[in-house]
Amino acid sequence: MAPVTMIEAIREALDEEMQRDPAVVLIGEDIGVYGGAFKATEGLLAKYGWERVIDTPISETAIIGAAVGMSYQGLRPVAEMQFMDFIACCFNQMVNFVAKSHYRWGGPVPMVVRGPCGGGVHGGPFHSQNPEMWFVHTPGLKVVCPSTAYDAKGLLKSAIRDNNPVLCLEHKFLYRRVKEELPAEDYTVPIGKLAVRRTGRDLTIATYGAMTLHTLEAAEELAMEGIEAEVLDLRTLAPLDREGILESVRRTHKLLVVHEDVKTGGVAGEIAATVNEQAFEELDGPVLRVTSLDAPVPFSPPLEEHFLPQVADVTRAARELARY
Amino acid sequence: MELPEMKYPLSREQLLDLYYFMRLTRELDEQLVRLFRQNKVVGGLYSSIGQEATSVGTAYTLEKRDWMAPMIRNVGGLLVKGFRPRDILMQYMARSGSPTGGKDGTSHFGDLQERHVVSPISMLGDLIPVMTGVAMGGRYLGQKLVTMTWIGDGGTSTGAFHEGMNLAAAQRAPFVCVVENNQWAYSTPVARQVPLHDLAERARAYGIASYVVDGNDVVAVYQTTKEAVERARRGEGPALVESKTMRMKGHAQHDAAVYVPPEMFEYWKARDPIARYETWLTERKVWDKKTKAEIERRIERELKEELEFAENSPLPEPEVAERGVYCEGCHTIEARWERPIEQLQPPKASVQAAWTVSDFGGTNGGGAAAKAHAPEAAEETKPAAVAAKAAAVSTRGANGGTKRSARAAARPKRRR
Ligand SMILES: Cc1ncc(C[n+]2csc(CCOP(=O)(O)OP(=O)(O)O)c2C)c(N)n1
Ligand SMILES: [Mg+2]
Repeated sequence: MAPVTMIEAIREALDEEMQRDPAVVLIGEDIGVYGGAFKATEGLLAKYGWERVIDTPISETAIIGAAVGMSYQGLRPVAEMQFMDFIACCFNQMVNFVAKSHYRWGGPVPMVVRGPCGGGVHGGPFHSQNPEMWFVHTPGLKVVCPSTAYDAKGLLKSAIRDNNPVLCLEHKFLYRRVKEELPAEDYTVPIGKLAVRRTGRDLTIATYGAMTLHTLEAAEELAMEGIEAEVLDLRTLAPLDREGILESVRRTHKLLVVHEDVKTGGVAGEIAATVNEQAFEELDGPVLRVTSLDAPVPFSPPLEEHFLPQVADVTRAARELARY
Repeated sequence: MELPEMKYPLSREQLLDLYYFMRLTRELDEQLVRLFRQNKVVGGLYSSIGQEATSVGTAYTLEKRDWMAPMIRNVGGLLVKGFRPRDILMQYMARSGSPTGGKDGTSHFGDLQERHVVSPISMLGDLIPVMTGVAMGGRYLGQKLVTMTWIGDGGTSTGAFHEGMNLAAAQRAPFVCVVENNQWAYSTPVARQVPLHDLAERARAYGIASYVVDGNDVVAVYQTTKEAVERARRGEGPALVESKTMRMKGHAQHDAAVYVPPEMFEYWKARDPIARYETWLTERKVWDKKTKAEIERRIERELKEELEFAENSPLPEPEVAERGVYCEGCHTIEARWERPIEQLQPPKASVQAAWTVSDFGGTNGGGAAAKAHAPEAAEETKPAAVAAKAAAVSTRGANGGTKRSARAAARPKRRR
């Protein structure tokens, strides 16, 4: 098997799920004839036809609304946001219709919303955002954010098979930068379980998405200085694998959280609070955060670089924590 | 008995059924007001008095396989689709036996499996794309169904309404949207919402069918909506049905509606849909006094039982608040296929992935403006007119000028 990129892995997941289950349909802007702005759905219209790959007007609210409606018919629609930033246009559908349907009246919504998020590609304030916490804060939604091609495929398959609405945040920086060989047979990655990407005894660094790459790079540098960091790739933000985080912290007694989302209201705060409540006695130092600045994502390269967490920020924070 | 010719014939039983549902809706409404005054209703209470013909007449066009989603003033539709007064009573009283077990109130409930009813959310407009999706999904499964929802005159101003109608139009979805034009959106008159006499005109911009109907004439409502429904069922695309009616109470119980000119209430009171239908049934000898009395007694008896049942339902256990945020195996998701699924899998499903473009989009000449359309502002939306009308409402009845403008508001506006 030749190695595949993350975007190819996503396409494979869609293709295989559509093949497996005719209840799976795709809906979004420019996903059919054009194959999607990032080509995630390329070739699927030709294969599955107009009824299963639905090009829509530029109407995010209608896309999500129609997907909800189709899911009430027992279908499993996968809606694409051309860029995750545009999910703000259908925020109401997401948080009021989709998220609350099962709780309020027992109307399950087995749909997926997927699309590219994140910065580092000079997309500017409206093509670079990380909107995960808007939705992590909304009970009823699941939120996944893979960092590898394997996970992108396995999590998307789990999302499609899940009876709940799942938001798949695919980091566009990773779409063509990560590559790996994937199993030939069908597999899924469970939603709600983190992955230990590197073991270490000195401190735990929890992260997800594109920051997993930066963090692993930082961990290698730290190892050369004799600091062994354990790197957790959260993979799912809702539901958060709190037990997995606590288990690691109980061994290393130190926790650093790294994310590309802005600092205030980012998931690091939630993780710090959880560790505080449930493993305070285990801690040998403060829970630290390395995040983006509390600002919109700026456009010009030096500004964006300053805005985003860099490898050096991670190593600096890790050294500081290791000293405790 | 001699029934008038109708394009979509209604039997005597069906005609009496329409009466039963309208009357039941109103009696239930009045029962809820009594409960509200006894402090047994939790939260606000919304009335559909005066709009029974719209709600019942439209919902009555649906078949069992069809889907609907009610708005706040569609208790009548819920009853037609098979929910019971107890369901609505318990929803308003927040009891454990209610369809949502106390998790939500009012008409915010549904039933995917049996009755095919989707629960609304409070945010106006969002049901339009959702019911478009239900229609698209049903068509995909091969079901010959139609979906329906309602929207108020005010709700048509939302972005979700527009996105949903436009998608329905682009998809030619078997979807019927009923605009319940009851002249008011909370305290805002319809002229301030949109400068059109007929909201149905909006349909033209979507390139879909539209109808305007006297919303207080249940037979007309049924006939018109049935036309739209059957058209959609045949695959001829969505439709917008504007039903002109009047909200005869305030927005909810707390609102005395002092902003509505009294003459307007009088105008519409004279057109009460239930009284009109009673006359209609009598004049055509569909019923006699005895039948009417029987229906009334039946409703009275049923409502008594329903109320007793509802009042005996306890408030929910507090821990219910924790349950059901996610589906953890409590539901089985199953699509009801009514077509061979091979059609949807390759190689049968495979297509040439290319657009067919036949219109290249030019104007073919025609000078500076090949087409022009510049309507004059309608009288009632000119800023001065609106200001004058607001003043008139606030000093209602104090002088002749005020009376005139109140009457003008009550008169159905003519298109120029
Ligand atoms: C998007 C949105 N904005 C505001 C409200 C608050 N609200 C509830 S009902 C209402 C008036 C609705 O008027 P209309 O659509 O004409 O329906 P009617 O009450 O007359 O049946 C308003 C403003 C809402 N529910 N949804
Ligand atoms: Mg209204």
